[in-house]
Amino acid sequence: MKFLKTHEWIDVNGKKAKVGVSDYAQEQLGDIVFVNLPEIGTEVVIGKAYTDIESVKAVSEVFAGCSGKVVAVNEELLDAPEKINEAPYDSWIAEIEFTKLQDDLMDEAEYKSYVESQQ
Amino acid sequence: MQLIFEKSVVNGRRALTLPEMNIAEYKLPEYREEIDLPEVAEIDVVRHYTGLSKLAHGVDDGFYPLGSCTMKYNPKLNEAVAAFEGFTAIHPTQPKETVRGWTDALNMLSDYLCEITGMDAITLQPAAGAHGEFTGMQLIKAYHKYNKDFGRKQILVPDSAHGTNPASANMCGFEIVTVPSNSEGGVDIEALKTLVCEKTAGLMLTNPNTVGLFDRNITEICEIVHKAGGLMYYDGANLNAVMGICRPGDMGFDVVHLNLHKTFSAPHGGGGPGCGPVGCKKALCKFLPLGVYGSKLPKDTASKSIGKVKSFGGNFLVALRSAVYIVTLGADGLLDASELAVLNANYLLALLKDKYPVAYDRICMHEFVLTAENIKHETGVSALDISKALLDFGIHPPTMYFPLIVHEALMFEPTETESKETLEYAADAMLKIYDKLYTNPQELHDAPISTAIGRVDEVQAARHPVLKYNK
Repeated sequence: MKFLKTHEWIDVNGKKAKVGVSDYAQEQLGDIVFVNLPEIGTEVVIGKAYTDIESVKAVSEVFAGCSGKVVAVNEELLDAPEKINEAPYDSWIAEIEFTKLQDDLMDEAEYKSYVESQQ
Repeated sequence: MQLIFEKSVVNGRRALTLPEMNIAEYKLPEYREEIDLPEVAEIDVVRHYTGLSKLAHGVDDGFYPLGSCTMKYNPKLNEAVAAFEGFTAIHPTQPKETVRGWTDALNMLSDYLCEITGMDAITLQPAAGAHGEFTGMQLIKAYHKYNKDFGRKQILVPDSAHGTNPASANMCGFEIVTVPSNSEGGVDIEALKTLVCEKTAGLMLTNPNTVGLFDRNITEICEIVHKAGGLMYYDGANLNAVMGICRPGDMGFDVVHLNLHKTFSAPHGGGGPGCGPVGCKKALCKFLPLGVYGSKLPKDTASKSIGKVKSFGGNFLVALRSAVYIVTLGADGLLDASELAVLNANYLLALLKDKYPVAYDRICMHEFVLTAENIKHETGVSALDISKALLDFGIHPPTMYFPLIVHEALMFEPTETESKETLEYAADAMLKIYDKLYTNPQELHDAPISTAIGRVDEVQAARHPVLKYNK
């Protein structure tokens, strides 16, 4: 599992990757009330938000960390957005068949020190 | 408190009695027999809504420092003039010569707003601020189309912007490009330089921005965007800080929207009616919606109009209230209002900043943003808890969790209409809350205790909203 500076995770498996938001992100967002799942087939581009999630505080954009196409979405989140709060690393938002990964992805240790440097 | 539906206990009870019909009854084809409207007497309706009004908190009830919303006092003189029969008992399709007062008021207001903003013409049609943004974006789109500059599909929006900015641009078919902020909360100039290109249609900017600071680089920002072929859009949400001091038109902006309910003291009426005028420079006047008022309009105004965005002159009685406000204060008075709005914000900031960290520690404009990030880290008390605790002091909370670039944000805008005593009372309330952070945080988590409804379950309300009354 790798991480983005914008507090998302990406879990690569062959040519596909599952993406979600980090524990720090869900903590900052507070209670999540709606996940706007992207449509299957949506083109995802590095550096551009592919969807957004809504918490009691605000609506926030979500980045994927790769370019490619959405091939699956986690529909469970439609009825239970709180799963992201409860288990952020099990709660993937979309699965992407990627053509390119972002270059500056961080591993867990790097991300941890990045988060600490932000506080 | 019971719902009006729950107060409906006797079938056929009515608030008014209609005379007997002298024509045959006609049944609407789509009429639904089972529609369950409340049936109550007139006195029940009056008591119900009077009761509700007592539970609300408005500017007429107490301090309302909701940042970015400019909750200033709405002078009752505005209301008195808006109630004149000559304004209320007219119809927009009446012969023009019989409604001179109406057209004079619209011409006068349009002229004044052009003068205040430095624009060449202004439409009063848009029904609110976001509608104004949409109209302004349509003007920019029409401008590029007219110039056969078809590739300009991107609108730049700072990461500190009001959420309506990207939403409005997106509704007009533009792609949004986010511009990061610098360490002072302003536009990051170097980043902006790399983001402008032949696709740039324009930049939407609020100045002073949403952290309450005037962007010192504004002329350079305008130059960068103009050089790239884009237009500058001014979100007028924070105009209350600069009336009579500087004008968007002189800073380099091409299109401006105003919120009459903010800067010009029309009521913030629970969703409307509102008025969000849009002004523009000469080069864009030809695209304005049909029905532009003003005494010095460029000749080609509305000649290539984007069409109407609202019927007739817009929400006239709202616009009229602002016209009254402007003539009541005059040029000197508007300048005073802005200067006092800035002074009041800085006074309140000075009373609070030793205890509550400021997001950007600078002399502020008409509003400022505190951050409760460290407080939350140390005590577990959040910006939300502090806001709720203010309710127990009879104070409406500041804007929370906005702008998004500040964590645990608390954004205060006292406005010019509050007295020194009110500001001191509010500061004192905030300091009393501060003391509880370390002695009794639970009390803050439990606040408010004095309101009709205590802490609401926002999560449950957002996840499972009940939108329909069922018996």
